[in-house]
Amino acid sequence: MTTAEEAGRLRQRYARRHVLARVGLYLTAIVAALICAAPFLWSLITAFKQNRDLYNPQNNPFVFNRPPTSDHVGYLFTDTEFLTFVANTLLVGVLVVLITLALGLPAAYALARLDRPWSGPMAIGIFLVYLVPPSLLFLALSRIVVAVGLQDSTWSLVLIYPTITIPVSVWLLMGFLKNIPKDIEEQAMVDGYSRVGAFVRAVLPLAYPGIIAVVVFAFTLTASEFIYALAFVAPTDQMSVSIGVPTQLVRGDVFFWQSLQGATVLVAVPIALVFTWFLDRFVAGFTMGAVKE
Amino acid sequence: MATATDTVTSPATAPARRRLADRDGLLAWGFLLPSIVYIAALVGVPFVLAIAFAFSDVTAGDPSYDFVGFRNFERVFHDPVFWRALGNTFVFTLISMVLIVVLGKVLANILIADFRGKWLVRFLVLLAWTTPVALSSISWLWLLDSIYSPIDWMLRQFGALGPAENMYWLGQPGLSMASVIVVHVWRLTPLAAVIMMAGLMAIPKDIDEAARVDGAGYWRRMFEITIPLVLPVAAVAALFGAIFTFTDMAVVRVLTRGGPNDATQVLASWAFYRGIDGGDVAQGAVIALFLFPLLLAAAVLILRAVRRIEVR
Repeated sequence: MTTAEEAGRLRQRYARRHVLARVGLYLTAIVAALICAAPFLWSLITAFKQNRDLYNPQNNPFVFNRPPTSDHVGYLFTDTEFLTFVANTLLVGVLVVLITLALGLPAAYALARLDRPWSGPMAIGIFLVYLVPPSLLFLALSRIVVAVGLQDSTWSLVLIYPTITIPVSVWLLMGFLKNIPKDIEEQAMVDGYSRVGAFVRAVLPLAYPGIIAVVVFAFTLTASEFIYALAFVAPTDQMSVSIGVPTQLVRGDVFFWQSLQGATVLVAVPIALVFTWFLDRFVAGFTMGAVKE
Repeated sequence: MATATDTVTSPATAPARRRLADRDGLLAWGFLLPSIVYIAALVGVPFVLAIAFAFSDVTAGDPSYDFVGFRNFERVFHDPVFWRALGNTFVFTLISMVLIVVLGKVLANILIADFRGKWLVRFLVLLAWTTPVALSSISWLWLLDSIYSPIDWMLRQFGALGPAENMYWLGQPGLSMASVIVVHVWRLTPLAAVIMMAGLMAIPKDIDEAARVDGAGYWRRMFEITIPLVLPVAAVAALFGAIFTFTDMAVVRVLTRGGPNDATQVLASWAFYRGIDGGDVAQGAVIALFLFPLLLAAAVLILRAVRRIEVR
């Protein structure tokens, strides 16, 4: 057998294997996506179903056996405080993100750049705080919330949520800051800026991608938090989406199923879209924080 | 060139440098202090408080503090529901963790791959994790409904169930536990995938290529390169999953509220039920405190895994 023949056969084998691998990849990707999103796809159909269609065990749950209706989704906006919940969630999210950045950025900079002998252990210490779960703290925190007079108010969440977001954000930001060349702030300091000036004028603009990643991540965390929201906030008009929707649309044994499903889709899609958009950046930050020392 | 600039700048900058270096120490503290104070006040203090509550008679109605020693612990230990919740927590965590790691690795490979429509697949996969858990669990509540469950409908179509039969997914002890685990795994797997994706991207491509050039076959590369390199990251993902699972109560709370007959009660949900719903803060604190030793162990393991990543 000549080497040319052999090479040709090998090439063919690799080509065939390549096509098979691509087909396999597309198949697993489609199956995985469908499994992950199945409940939401179902919600989307359910949200527009008529009661007579939905509450009949014989009806095919995948299709509209009667014409679709938007009554139940409309009910969400006209007869519930859904929009208030959304506004509360946005307010809490934005404020928590601002607090997180205001405290987390300087802390991350100190740990990443101002070489102190204790910065390594301190960074790990701050990361470990992220692992202290709400379920361990919520009882004591609910007493503290009462003590500072924020019980039954959305503001209690603004106060408490940064305890979740700061540790993980510091970790992520450290990764991004370490990746910015040191020359940049040295040059800025040679140009007459102080250390703080160099941080604000030269480093922060370059850390912009990392800051965006942290904003998205912190917002997602606060929007989906459950235990604190459930434990601290009782009045309906103060609730966030994740507690307000289930409380107002489940009355005793009566579930407003279509409206619930509609609310789920309305909340889920925008958050997931934003997160998808920033996924690569977020993953990069995660890696830099863990690997680059 | 270098020597020229050195001679020009060094006399002027040397004292300035030292002053800057002196200030760096202060600055580092100034930058860190707000975060440290915040965390100490709202994580450290409540943590100590939680321990103090465990030895007290504090209730929601009577917040005055009286030390009662180990009485709360005794009461908790004599409660069969506590032992049940503890056992459930372990079952819930162990099974979920294995599934989350295995499925997370599969998902990570998909998320990392390059193909058409990648963003749509990523979007659909991430939905499960980015959606507030209370809402996504409610979607599942409908899928697992006792009468109208679409899953039952499918089973009936395939003939696995009789015409008017239902599974009662959340009404039977074993099945309800399985349901809670499935929903939880479904929700956390995308997060594990994202963590592992980060780890996979950190592995230098040339190692695999070098091995390929050296003639190492698929399985050899798998066992001698890919698995050892992925293992620390998989460990981090597993421990994150374990911690989030061990301390989670959202899925249980929404789907079953611990029922039927406390069959799906876990430590966190039982602590919430006792401490907030029942107002017995002291007992809730004792139950929640049992989460801590295991968290500590998990944290130590995470750190060791992270260190191995760094060493590489």
